[in-house]
Amino acid sequence: MTTSAPGRNGSRPAMFANGFNLGRLLLQGRAFFALIAIIVVFSILSPNYFTIANLLTMSSHVAVYAILSIGMLLVILNGGIDLSVGSTLGISGMVAGFLMQGVHLKLLGISLYPAVWVVVIVSCAVGALIGLVNGVLVARFKVAPFVATLGMLYVVRGLALLMTNGLTYNDLGGKPELGNTGFDWLGFNRILDIPVGVLVMVVVAIVVSVVLNRTAFGRWLYASGGNERAAELSGVPVRRVKIWVYVVSGLCAAIAGLILSSELTSAGPTAGNSYELTAIAAVVIGGAALTGGRGTVRGTLLGAFVIGFLSDGLVIIGVSAYWQTVFTGAVIVLAVLLNAVQYRGRRKAAATGGGPQTPSREGTPAAAGPVPEKTAA
Amino acid sequence: MSSTDSVVLRARDIVKTYGATRALKGVNFDIHRGKVTTLFGENGAGKSTLMKILSGVERPTSGTIELDGEIVEFASTQDAAARGIAIIHQELSLAPNLNVRDNIFMGRELRTRTGIDFAEEERRVRALMQGLEEDIDPLTPVADLRLGQQQIVEIARALSINSRILIMDEPTSALSATEVEVLFRVISDLTSAGVSIVYISHHLEEALQVTDFAVVLRDGSITATANAADIDLEWIVRNMVGSDYDLGEPPTGYAFGDVALSIEHVSVADPENPERFVVDDLSLQVRKGEVVCIYGLMGAGRTELLEAVAGRVPIAGGRIVKDGVDISGLSIAERIDAGLGLVPEDRQRDGLVQTMSVGSNLSLASIGAFVRGLFLSGGRERELVSTMVRSLQVKTASGEAPIGSLSGGNQQKVVIGKILATDPDVILLDEPSRGIDVGAKGEVFRLLAQRAAQGLAVVYSTSEVGECLSIAHRIVVMRRGRIVVEFGSDATKEAIMAASGEAVVA
Ligand SMILES: Nc1ncnc2c1ncn2[C@@H]1O[C@H](COP(=O)(O)OP(=O)(O)OP(=O)(O)O)[C@@H](O)[C@H]1O
Ligand SMILES: [Mg+2]
Repeated sequence: MTTSAPGRNGSRPAMFANGFNLGRLLLQGRAFFALIAIIVVFSILSPNYFTIANLLTMSSHVAVYAILSIGMLLVILNGGIDLSVGSTLGISGMVAGFLMQGVHLKLLGISLYPAVWVVVIVSCAVGALIGLVNGVLVARFKVAPFVATLGMLYVVRGLALLMTNGLTYNDLGGKPELGNTGFDWLGFNRILDIPVGVLVMVVVAIVVSVVLNRTAFGRWLYASGGNERAAELSGVPVRRVKIWVYVVSGLCAAIAGLILSSELTSAGPTAGNSYELTAIAAVVIGGAALTGGRGTVRGTLLGAFVIGFLSDGLVIIGVSAYWQTVFTGAVIVLAVLLNAVQYRGRRKAAATGGGPQTPSREGTPAAAGPVPEKTAA
Repeated sequence: MSSTDSVVLRARDIVKTYGATRALKGVNFDIHRGKVTTLFGENGAGKSTLMKILSGVERPTSGTIELDGEIVEFASTQDAAARGIAIIHQELSLAPNLNVRDNIFMGRELRTRTGIDFAEEERRVRALMQGLEEDIDPLTPVADLRLGQQQIVEIARALSINSRILIMDEPTSALSATEVEVLFRVISDLTSAGVSIVYISHHLEEALQVTDFAVVLRDGSITATANAADIDLEWIVRNMVGSDYDLGEPPTGYAFGDVALSIEHVSVADPENPERFVVDDLSLQVRKGEVVCIYGLMGAGRTELLEAVAGRVPIAGGRIVKDGVDISGLSIAERIDAGLGLVPEDRQRDGLVQTMSVGSNLSLASIGAFVRGLFLSGGRERELVSTMVRSLQVKTASGEAPIGSLSGGNQQKVVIGKILATDPDVILLDEPSRGIDVGAKGEVFRLLAQRAAQGLAVVYSTSEVGECLSIAHRIVVMRRGRIVVEFGSDATKEAIMAASGEAVVA
């Protein structure tokens, strides 16, 4: 074919047409605008809300959720779900607490007091190991992610409770003469006035974001979450990708557990109970699709901030804990509703959404474009 | 309402824009009562878009639709269906987890006072399948059907509606010649019963057989209309692409190299029934630079063979050797690295990642080549994407456009381009011309011929004899999992078809 029909090369970039559409901008940045709205409302209601000190305090609360959520994002991008992160968070603190009390080897009659960096590494390794179990269950043995990680939720929580028969480690300070001080650094210290936990969150976010956008692994993850069969036929090592996302999710949960127990200077076996749901909520508010293939670190971070700033704000203005729960739930539903509106709008305009190739083949990843149900699940 | 009027539906000045893309630019289109109106046009000309508007899937940006002289607006497909318009979509829209019966009656279940009248539904499905001369049990899950059978189910669903106007958007792209003949008989029964048909196909010759009125769409405008009696293939092609076309001849002028791919006594078990083999002790050798065409009916085992060679399904016996090395144990990824890639048959299921852009899809299989140190090099990737878009003439707004915004044929080109981008030594193509227009087909053939001359070994599976003859150096015919006969490029259509078992049934 040598002749080229007019317009063979298509029309101008579609971006041009939907450049400045305010409504669209509002929708796409909904997590961002929700966050602004929350800050504005609470600043009006309480003079203490919008102060540097308070914002930093709230951010260090958010850090724990955000790190969990970023791990969760990877799993959700892969089309899975990780319900075990709350328990992993709990056991990571317990492992740290256990090691900080010293390991007493009765047979040898000695007690070892590992340095804090050893404690951190061991806790993270435990988290990664739990993730590995999840990953292997899902990728090798084809257990549905929901079921596999639900099982691990119970197993890991049970193990955490068994470690002390339900008791809490209260003394994580360490002793100078034992050479294991410094655990509180994570939760209390500041660098340039910024809490270390927040800095850890920033580092995790940057690393994951670079991995998602700039490495082959990131591309593989988006591809295998979007259509696993097609990805596999294109040479994507889908199983390896799958195992890795659970490992990273477990690792993130362990890091979050360390920060939390450091902030509280104690580690309890029930820490992180139901945090997995908060993490999922943050990912969803951040615009990711529960069916996989869509979502960003930026959105997830915003989602975590929305949830954290909202609940802290409610505490500051003295709303009862019960109402806090109601409000948080309402925000989640509202965010997901907006998601659906966004996708429907896109389907109508079909400008960037790659409108429907009509009722798409259900089951095999939808034929084209975003489908509202994806995030409404 | 005048029943004497020969036009049942009139679309006037239909415009449809998607962002900056003008898919339809003021189209006037008539559907004739009890006749077959065929819409011809290149990939991305706007055929599917126009049909989606006429069947209520999409709303036109402007323009009107007149049904029996009365202006109508369709808010939904149910709306259009209520007025007797049904459509068979280009991309299958079945729920794979449901069985055939439930798919056919999805959303229109027959009710009894206590629930659904499954028995009656089943009876009707059996009758439909009988009419289509297809041996498909109503209770089979759709996921277990071959692509062609799924297309039959899609057709049966549209037929079950008893519509006055039936739109068929590439209904035959996965059907065998025999199945197409049956479908054509069904079409002529329908038209004699007064049903009006709109037919779309890239199999031009085949389409001409059923056409009463031909309409050519080009870049969103109607460029020609004619009575089928007054036109021929050449007329269509000229109006479609503005030039004459020729799929060309097998590339010549060079000697084949060593054996690149050797399939030795390979068997593949039927996943349903492991005692049976869908590929049965099959051997085939392909040399560097050689184009081998595997011809066969649907269900002959071609897809299974190619998937086994690519590493998608395990082999039950034999071995696969590439350049003297046994690759039977390698993963799909390792085989791609070794220079062997497959263009799969079902692009929605196996070819595309619907959540990604055109560019990301194109570079997916060769992504390793863009890694510098740890990171992807965006520049090199963009370079590859634009080269591929140009050389395959993919009609897209940009590399960043979502893959779902492309027309069916252009999506297919992306699937082919993805594998070509890995720079393979052996390429397996399973029905790669599904849904691509004559121009693009010629382009793909030219590209394959060019790469073959540089030493690429090509295995091309098709159920279209014409394609075999214009690309292949060697044609092997597969039937029931075995190669029954082999031809050179001088074979005749009739001989090939007879060997496949087609003539016996047809
Ligand atoms: N949802 C969408 N968003 C953006 N552009 C679209 C969308 N749907 C179709 N288009 C564009 O409209 C044009 C017409 O597409 P259409 O699917 O009607 O082509 P077609 O004639 O059916 O082609 P084919 O033979 O390949 O199926 C193409 O340029 C396509 O990219
Ligand atoms: Mg089309």
